[in-house]
Amino acid sequence: MTQMVDYADAVRRYDPVLGIEVHVELGTRTKMFCSAEASFGAAPNTQTTPVSLGLPGALPVVNGTAVEYAIRIGLALNCQIAESCRFARKNYFYPDVPKNFQTSQYDEPIAFEGWLDVELEDGTIHRVEIERAHMEEDAGKNTHVGGSTGRIHGAEYSLVDYNRAGIPLVEIVTKPITGVGDRAPEVARAYVQALRDIFRVLDVSEAKMERGNVRADVNVSLRPTPESPLGTRTETKNVNSFRSVERVVRHEISRQAGALDAGEIIVQETRHWHEDTGTTTSGRVKSDAEDYRYFPEPDLVPVEPSREWVEEIRATLPELPQARRRRLQTEWGYADAEMRDVVNAGAIELIEATVAAGSSPAAARKWWMGELARRAKLNDAELADLPITPAQIGELQGLVDSGRINDKIARQVLDGVLAGEGDPEAVVVARGLEIVSDDGPLLAAIDEALAAQPDVVEKVRGGNQGPVGAIIGAVMKATRGQADAKRVRELVLERIGA
Amino acid sequence: MTELTRLSAAVLAEKLRAGEVSSVEATQAYLDRIAAVEPAVHAYLHVSAQEALATARDVDERRAAGEELHPLAGVPIAVKDVVVTQGMPSTAGSKILEGWVPPYDATLVERIRAARMPILGKTNMDEFAMGSSTEHSAYGNTHNPWDLDRIPGGSGGGSAAAVAAFAAPLAIGTDTGGSIRQPGAVTGTVGVKPTYGGVSRYGLIALASSLDQAGPVTRTVLDSALLHELIGGHDPRDSTSIPEPLPDVVGAARQGALGDLTGVRVGVVEQLQGEGYQPGVQARFEESLELLKEAGADVVEVSCPHFEYALAAYYLILPAEASSNLAKFDGMRFGLRVEPEEGPVTAERVMAATRGAGFGDEVKRRIILGTYALSAGYYDAYYGSAQKVRTLIQRDFAAAFDQVDVLVSPTAPTTAFKLGEKLDDPLAMYLNDVATIPANLAGVPGISVPNGLSDDGLPVGFQVLAPAKADDRLYRVGAALEAALEARWGGPLLDRAPELG
Repeated sequence: MTQMVDYADAVRRYDPVLGIEVHVELGTRTKMFCSAEASFGAAPNTQTTPVSLGLPGALPVVNGTAVEYAIRIGLALNCQIAESCRFARKNYFYPDVPKNFQTSQYDEPIAFEGWLDVELEDGTIHRVEIERAHMEEDAGKNTHVGGSTGRIHGAEYSLVDYNRAGIPLVEIVTKPITGVGDRAPEVARAYVQALRDIFRVLDVSEAKMERGNVRADVNVSLRPTPESPLGTRTETKNVNSFRSVERVVRHEISRQAGALDAGEIIVQETRHWHEDTGTTTSGRVKSDAEDYRYFPEPDLVPVEPSREWVEEIRATLPELPQARRRRLQTEWGYADAEMRDVVNAGAIELIEATVAAGSSPAAARKWWMGELARRAKLNDAELADLPITPAQIGELQGLVDSGRINDKIARQVLDGVLAGEGDPEAVVVARGLEIVSDDGPLLAAIDEALAAQPDVVEKVRGGNQGPVGAIIGAVMKATRGQADAKRVRELVLERIGA
Repeated sequence: MTELTRLSAAVLAEKLRAGEVSSVEATQAYLDRIAAVEPAVHAYLHVSAQEALATARDVDERRAAGEELHPLAGVPIAVKDVVVTQGMPSTAGSKILEGWVPPYDATLVERIRAARMPILGKTNMDEFAMGSSTEHSAYGNTHNPWDLDRIPGGSGGGSAAAVAAFAAPLAIGTDTGGSIRQPGAVTGTVGVKPTYGGVSRYGLIALASSLDQAGPVTRTVLDSALLHELIGGHDPRDSTSIPEPLPDVVGAARQGALGDLTGVRVGVVEQLQGEGYQPGVQARFEESLELLKEAGADVVEVSCPHFEYALAAYYLILPAEASSNLAKFDGMRFGLRVEPEEGPVTAERVMAATRGAGFGDEVKRRIILGTYALSAGYYDAYYGSAQKVRTLIQRDFAAAFDQVDVLVSPTAPTTAFKLGEKLDDPLAMYLNDVATIPANLAGVPGISVPNGLSDDGLPVGFQVLAPAKADDRLYRVGAALEAALEARWGGPLLDRAPELG
């Protein structure tokens, strides 16, 4: 086996070029070409019709909602929307493809020529050119039984679940992504993540990576310099986590560099990603000669979205993640670095909801990026998974702002909320944490402290206010921290007559 | 033979409505006739006597109860085996679908059932509708009722022979390149290929999706119109279905039967006559033209110069689409499944073994042709060029219909040939459809009306073609010709067919 080249060394000597194909399963109620339910998780082969089983005589009919979703995706990716486009048949025999052809778009995609600005963690923006976004149907799901690996080789038999067959997909294909150098893995990851965020905002898919709603085929090639012609690419199929996308690119760059160093020729092939070993292995050799005998689907008339409809969809597109981030940063007055931290921590929604619950943006950030981030890290959890809601943080901050508790007590309240003792207000009451704002009990405590430390009183009276802290400390201790330190100070000075 | 089975569907429907005869009587009469003639004709692959009688009883009860019924309620019908019927075998004439019972009905079958027409059974055909003689059926030949040694045409030879043999009053056919009209011509029956999209294709086991159309096979023009009216019209389950309502075909047939064609412009297609057409076919054609003139039509000659390339284009487009449409027959989900005799039982090898055993030679021939025509590097030269020819043929039609209301030609160049005569000569077989194919390529409607016997005593057909969505013109001209011919003959042509059974 070829020697892997150290990644840093590989990207010093070779220029990586990426191409990413992302498939997203649309969240339509029914399938791409028939009325079968498209929901996830039903018993095998219960969500089928003659159409999605490919029974003799069945005919497809295009799902209008799927077309609308595809247009939404195309517009969000700054694509042009075709005035007329057709489906085609991609012919190949495989048991999970009921008709033995996939109905897809070939040379007439519904959306084409777009771009997406992808922001890396350090704020660098890289523009990814989109070649096309086209509609197609998913295949069924194979389960290979009896082998040790779960793969077809060595299996005794295979089962096919056609529930997935015919689920609408949109495939988004980039142009070659160049000029990314050593940041190729990051760009790949950020691109797929940005797409996932867009799918969610557009409400076209649940976009759950772990369910395979979003799958990426990652193409990687190397060339000696950015001026050289494109090298031969490999295509690693069905990568379904952001982290894996990044690792695949990194691995392929190291692997291909090793092969090229050894004078080997990179074979154009599909490769499989192995999460456990962090490596790819060769799948089938994919030459351009593989012949799918594409031809226009004669069972379907062309899809011709009217310009009025496209504009209507454009006008109702929700705010996209990047624009939203920019708007919120301005509204919240965060510095670039602060905003980036918030984004990277996945805290935008949490802070937005906290602000909506009445907190100031600064306080919301302080909580989520400070105390709560610390606790999440402690528990190895995501911020959103903490058992506390933005509304509760808003309420907590409200208690601080109104002077009913102070920052220090607020942390105790937080403990109570996280421990499931109820909302902040309830925790304050139950734990008796409210700040003593009535001067009566305070004055009693102050008099006690003054009496106990006559030397301090003397010093203060003599014009040295420095030691007054000792009195305040004693009062705070006596009131178990529930006094407003500022007020205590005022009262102490008043009492001493300084 | 009882007189019941000789009635036209329209007359039988009238008698049912009037209570002069019951649907059970009519259905039983047809079942008896089937029992009598099937040993000789073999038009049916499956006879559904019990279901047909059950439907008939139900109709009779409903009629007795005063229920409002469809005009064709209680009139039996036969359905070509390429149309899927829930609970009834649907083999498309192929071994690969032997034993498969569809879990759903084609749209047109739903309409037939909704109209409460007893389904007598499923009719024989060339395997997957590939052929012009029904000899490519995996289930034996159908014999022409006019001469049992001859072919009944194809691919819908079973439907045409059943109707010609009085073993069904009505039948459903499908026409991809002439499979309704050519069998109609050679059996002395009426066959209509509606405008593409005029009758839903949902539930038709596809041969070539861009060419297939289902339509009526009957003994009279009016019967075709009645059946066409029932099965035609928009179906949301077929994207290529025409959204506009069907023109008034029944009204047109009734109007035509009055015999007046004054002002109707009839174009004789120069390229669809003369050389290659049997003299008797040509003679009957010219006599029919005279009758149209006598009825008041203006008959002119028009030229469709690209028709000569129609056959070549058709035999690229059809196999290309068929190679893809027939890919689903692989032994994985339904129908025949054959495991390889030796070696590993992988999906790929099961598919190969199933298709090798399940498909007949003509089907394999066309799958190979079509696969080749769609291959990378050949696509433009074959499939691409054929599509260009198709456009040219559509333009020929458009130009011709600027000058005339309908186009006419002989339906087929010859009368029925002997069984086996052309089986080993595919090109000669393909030539049978030379006059019918242009309509499929252009999507326009066509009818074949029996217009006499050739010198060999066998029936010939007269084809009328109309612009897309103007199917009513077929019925007007067809019914006028039929009326004029029957007046001359003193009765229907089928009265002159030999007695069977």
